[in-house]
Amino acid sequence: MRAEAPRRGRLSIEDVVKTYGRGEAAVAAVDHCSIEIPAGEICMVVGPSGCGKTTLLNAIAGFHDITSGRIVLDGETLCGPGRPQARPGADRVVVFQNGALFPWKTVLDNVCFGPRMQGRAGAREIEQRARALMAEAGLAGCERSYPAELSSGTRRRVEIVRALMNDPSVLLFDEPYRALDSLTRSVMHESLLQTWYRDPVTIFFITHDLEEAIFLGHRLVVMTARPCRPKAVIEIDIPHPRDYGVLTSPRFRALMAEASALVREEAEQAFAAGDAER
Amino acid sequence: MNLLADPRTRATRRALVSLVAFALLWELGARSKAWFGVAVPWVGHVPPPSAVLAAWVRLLGDPGYWQSWVASLLRVLAGFTAAMAVGIPLGLLLAMNRVCRMIFFPVLELLRPIPPLAWVPAAILFWPTQELSIAFVTFVGAFFTIVLNVVGGAGAIDVRYFQAARAMGATGWNVFRRVVLPATVPAIVVGAAVGMGITWEVVVAAEMISGGGSSGATGGGMGFFIWNSYIGGAYEQIVVGMISIGIAGYACSEALRRLGARVTPWLVRA
Repeated sequence: MRAEAPRRGRLSIEDVVKTYGRGEAAVAAVDHCSIEIPAGEICMVVGPSGCGKTTLLNAIAGFHDITSGRIVLDGETLCGPGRPQARPGADRVVVFQNGALFPWKTVLDNVCFGPRMQGRAGAREIEQRARALMAEAGLAGCERSYPAELSSGTRRRVEIVRALMNDPSVLLFDEPYRALDSLTRSVMHESLLQTWYRDPVTIFFITHDLEEAIFLGHRLVVMTARPCRPKAVIEIDIPHPRDYGVLTSPRFRALMAEASALVREEAEQAFAAGDAER
Repeated sequence: MNLLADPRTRATRRALVSLVAFALLWELGARSKAWFGVAVPWVGHVPPPSAVLAAWVRLLGDPGYWQSWVASLLRVLAGFTAAMAVGIPLGLLLAMNRVCRMIFFPVLELLRPIPPLAWVPAAILFWPTQELSIAFVTFVGAFFTIVLNVVGGAGAIDVRYFQAARAMGATGWNVFRRVVLPATVPAIVVGAAVGMGITWEVVVAAEMISGGGSSGATGGGMGFFIWNSYIGGAYEQIVVGMISIGIAGYACSEALRRLGARVTPWLVRA
């Protein structure tokens, strides 16, 4: 199942290059990278540590510039020739590796932050929607808590609700579940899919965890070692909706084998190049 | 519920035991001429706590004693408030703006190591009244601590919070008000608590050196009270003054701690 006629969220990364420094000292982080993500797709990205995946994500989010190429969202050029850096915006919200909920705000105020900043609706309306989305995500009852009072898994779910409150076209995930234990992580995966089934937003998801990548994604892009460029794209032809039963299916195992062979090749190359796993 | 097992009761009980034991030891030491057989020079001059207590009870009815409290407290509050009022904005400015940091930081770093008491003579020369000089010295005591804490706190804000806020549509003033300011509050609280401790240290010394202000013996503050007692040979009163400062400093710190907890509820509940 792919989202039915999703309205927006078509993301094109066209021939993007990002180098740090100039001249002799220039280091390429992203090398002629092109990825086309249709609206409503969950696109998973894996690659060796430090290969430049996060650089690419940050360029989409507008946290830094690109050297050349173009990133287009729904026909609108975010960055490209003449405009090296995209403006950060609520259409592309990032869910960070270690989480970025504001510790000084209650959960409810965190969730309401985006719409309040954008002044998109009345205070009442925003709060009602926040409560509704939180209830859907099984977060009712922790509105008045501070993030530090929640478990790390709950914090991740709050952060995704906070992101969805902005009605983003694309959700950008930067290894959001890396710090979680594997049991919590598997619960998070099902919870994320449930959320996506309700609101099929485009997702650009960086991870190191192949099981996570294949369980969640429609497609898996395997990146080369630094500088990063798509090495292979694996279509994950396991039908949605998925649950944890698919983990033991032969198709899942076959995809895992295929993906890990590709990733391993790159990891070994990165290791040989002295850029060992950090 | 067993009242004795309640941890708070237990803590209070232990504090009491410790204080009583300390007073007892002091009393015995002061009464035994040679400090339990070990001859410690001058220790015989320290008045026993019973005499101090008697002097204290007598002083409680003396308006001059209370005026010393008020005078010192006002100076502390004046210096401290001014240090907060100037230090917090300056700290935020230095943390947020690289150019400002490059311009102001060298001056700040040059002035910072100067002990507040080294400012006393200059302060007496610069300021028209004794009162202002003492308040200025207490200001100097708290100021640098507060500025440096604010710079440190605001400078250490995780870049992810800025990125998240900007991605969700916050700009300029809103980023400052909703990210920078609340993220710096814990550092402000710490700076205030440390700064408050320093102002009490400084005000007493400044009062001793400057001779307690223009209003004579009664308006001289706690520092002058101690100095005056020393000159007059009222040793019990010296100790009363010392303990009074201890109580005043503790009360101010406790008040700040409670205020700090109130403005950082997310740290208290975590």
